[in-house]
Order: sequence, then structure tokens, then C-alpha cells
Amino acid sequence: MSSAVVEVRNLTKRFGEFTAVDGISFDIRRGEILGLLGPNGAGKTTTFQMMLGLVTPTSGSIHMFGLDLQTHRGAILQQVNFSSTYISMPYSLTVEENLTVIGRLYGLSDIASRIDDMVKKLEMEEWRHKLTRKLSSGQMTRLTLAKALLTEPKVLFLDEPTASLDPDIAHKIRAILLEERRASGLSILYTSHNMREMETMSDRIIFLQRGKIVAEGTAQDIVARFGQADLEEVFLKLAREQ
Amino acid sequence: MTYHRIAALVIRHLYLYRRSLPRMMEIVYWPFLDLVVWGFITVYLATFQGQMPAVVTFLLGALILWDVLFRSQQGIAISFLEEIWARNLMNLFASPLTPSEFLAATMVMSLFKVTAVSIVMSVCAWLFYGYNVFMIGLWLMPFIVNLVLTGWIIGVLTTSLIMRFGQEAEVLAWSMVFLFQPISCVFYPMAVLPAWLKGVAWINPAAHVFEGMRGLLTSHAAPVASLGLATGLNLLYLGAVIIWFHHTFNVCKDRGSLVRVGE
Repeated sequence: MSSAVVEVRNLTKRFGEFTAVDGISFDIRRGEILGLLGPNGAGKTTTFQMMLGLVTPTSGSIHMFGLDLQTHRGAILQQVNFSSTYISMPYSLTVEENLTVIGRLYGLSDIASRIDDMVKKLEMEEWRHKLTRKLSSGQMTRLTLAKALLTEPKVLFLDEPTASLDPDIAHKIRAILLEERRASGLSILYTSHNMREMETMSDRIIFLQRGKIVAEGTAQDIVARFGQADLEEVFLKLAREQ
Repeated sequence: MTYHRIAALVIRHLYLYRRSLPRMMEIVYWPFLDLVVWGFITVYLATFQGQMPAVVTFLLGALILWDVLFRSQQGIAISFLEEIWARNLMNLFASPLTPSEFLAATMVMSLFKVTAVSIVMSVCAWLFYGYNVFMIGLWLMPFIVNLVLTGWIIGVLTTSLIMRFGQEAEVLAWSMVFLFQPISCVFYPMAVLPAWLKGVAWINPAAHVFEGMRGLLTSHAAPVASLGLATGLNLLYLGAVIIWFHHTFNVCKDRGSLVRVGE
């Protein structure tokens, strides 16, 4: 029996003649943080979207918690959430209203106290009653992270979760994510263009290029395999080959 | 179908209306203006009461019932547009929310809107023109139910088209329903249409509702046949557009366009 909570097998997505994701396979184990690296257009976003059930794969399979995403979408997504710098939340609602709607959407009990906890944890007290349209980009990033953590997911997809945050808050966010992982066994699929962050956060990294996995292992393994000084050098080498 | 997810979306929209003047105007201001303009036309026509006895009695009623259809359609289409404008579709459809639950929530919002608009228009018609919409009697309820269903059909169709063709198709949310107005025979009987258009109007459920209303007001004929036809056509079309919506949803997921609808 595999301890993997996420199992992706031969996942492929074609848009007409263009192959965005080309037969990738990987696992994410319970409590593992898997970094997904790759230059723009490598297939990271399409992979994320397929794993969230927003894009239908051309072929291959995605299983989470032993269930097939195609046939058990609701049961899986109940235990999954995501945050991205590139998403938004309804601007005409306050921070608290947005979190309340999310809490109800996922059928959480005791929504008010969970929101209180999350607001405190992410230091959002001062602006919890503020309209979302008035938030700075850093505050918006924290709000989308709060909505992702509010539902106490078992698997979390994070697309550049610390982009647009100042170093102090970014450091706190990383600490919160590591603490969530320690406390609840949260598994995380993580993308970032901050290579230092990827090195420190990820247990393993998979490197995508033109829709294919070209490297997989710990940051140290990958750096050694490509004979570069650090992960950033590896990234630059692969990105320039694309 | 899970109740709490539908309720979550309804609450999300009610939060929106609570503090938005433009959105409240949609419920109060525009229906009120419609009523004022048509009310004065009716008052003017009333001076020819001898020549056109039925006109005065059904014109305001027709206007109020047309607004039921119009707001019912808008309740669905505008609720979807709100999610596009807020770039919220990804948050919704990456959650356990199903497309059916999403549609159900927009239908509940549509009922809220129809109820609010109907109250505003009925009260204003009574206050300003002494017109009592309830003179139609108990038949009013099946008329309204059928017009709400027709509004939902046009609303779901509009939503599917916006989902498929993106934000550039959003103008359909306001214009689509007016494509159906000439063949709904709101202010004139089906008999005045040319023969070929009569055939088109006959397959439009709303036309049977308005025919039934005119028959009831002018000759007190029980509109059983009209309502039967309207209900049958409504159920058939509603089933078809819901299947079409799910098909479009799956096509958009396949093409990867669902998350890019608002871009």
C-alpha cells in the first residue's frame, strides 16, 4: 500500500496541436512538500488546474486519498484547497464575508471561530472588516491563503504563495505552512520563482520543461545532477534551453 | 445536490446587494421607471375606454408579468457575470460545488429578485394608478411560475453562451431576453403576428402565458389549455438547457477556458 495521498500517472493535456503537459507521473506523500519548478509555459499551471478539476486531462489519471478525481471530484475537493497570487476574491465583500462564504461552501462547522483563528494566525485583524477591493496585493495574498487554510485541507496547492509579500510576512507565512504540515500532516504542492524559498521549503522538487519532468529529487540532488552551483543556476540553464 | 453549498452562494450574492446601490437600482429604480412610463400610457389610453375596453386592464398587468420573466432571466445571467467580474469562478469550481448546485443558487437568486421586483411594481401600480394586479385572481400564481421558468431557460442559455464565448458575450445578459419579447406577445395577441411568426411564437411558452392572461381578463376564460402548453414547453426546454449548460461546462473544462472566462 502506497503512503502517497496524491498519485499522478501519465498525465497529459493537449490543446489542439499543443501539448501543455506530456505524460507526467509523480506522487505526493502525506506531510510532504513537493516543489513544482519550471519556466513560464512549462505546464505548471495546467498541471495545477487539472489537479483541481478545472481542466480535463487528455489522458492519464489523478488519484487523491485513493480516489479517482474523475469519478470522486466532490469527495476529493472537499479535502483540497489552493492559493495563488494570481487569483482574486469578490471585491465587494469584506475579508470576513469572503471567508464566511468559503466556510459555508465547504460546510465547515463553527465557521466564526475558525475565521477568528485564521485572522489571528495570518495577522489580518486590522483589516478583517475591510472591503476586499481596498486590500493591498500583499493583503490579498494573505486572504487567499487564509481561504485555503480555513477549510483545513489535507492537500494544498500553492502557486507562488509569498509573491508580493514583504520578507517579514513571507517568513511568517512559510513558518505557518511548515507548522500546518507538522501539526496536521498537510501535503503541499508548491510553486515559486524564489529558488531559495524552494530549496528551504521543498522536501522534493520536480522540474518541468515543455510539459515533461526533466528532473526530480531533492534540491541538492538536482543541483548535483546538473553540475550547477545552486537551484537558481539549474533553473536558468533549463529555462534558456527551452 | 447539497443545501449548504447552494446557501453559501446565495449568501455571497446577498452580501453584494446589501451595500450596492447600483444593484439595488436594478430591483427598484428600473422597474419603477418602466411602470411610470407604461402607467401614463395606460392612463392616456383609458380616455378611449369606449373603443378599447380590454387594453387598460391588461397593459399594466402584462408589463408587470413581463418584468417577472425579465428579472428571472437576469437573476441567473447576472449572478454568473458577478462571478466573472470578481474572477471568482476558479474559487468556486475548484471547491466541491457542482455545476448543478451553482445553477440552483442562481435560480434561488432569481426568485429573490423576482419577488422583490414584483412587490415593488405591484405596490407602485396600486399606489399610482389604482391598478390591482390580483384582479387576475388565483391564476396569477401559475402565470408567474411559468414566466419564472421561461426566464430561467433564457438565463441558463445566456449563461452557457457567456461561458462558451467569454466576457465579450456578456451583453447577451441584457439583450437576449428582448429577442424573445416580440414572440412572447406581451402587449398584443398572437393573432396579429404573420403566419410564419405565429408558428415561432407558438413554441415559446411565454406567449401562451400572455395569451392566457388576455383571455382571462377579456372573456373570463379559464386559461387551462394555455397554461398546460406553457408548462409542458417550459419543462421540456428547461431540461434541455440544463443538459446544454453541463455540456458547455465540460467543453470549457476540456478546452481549459473555464478558468479564463473573465480574461
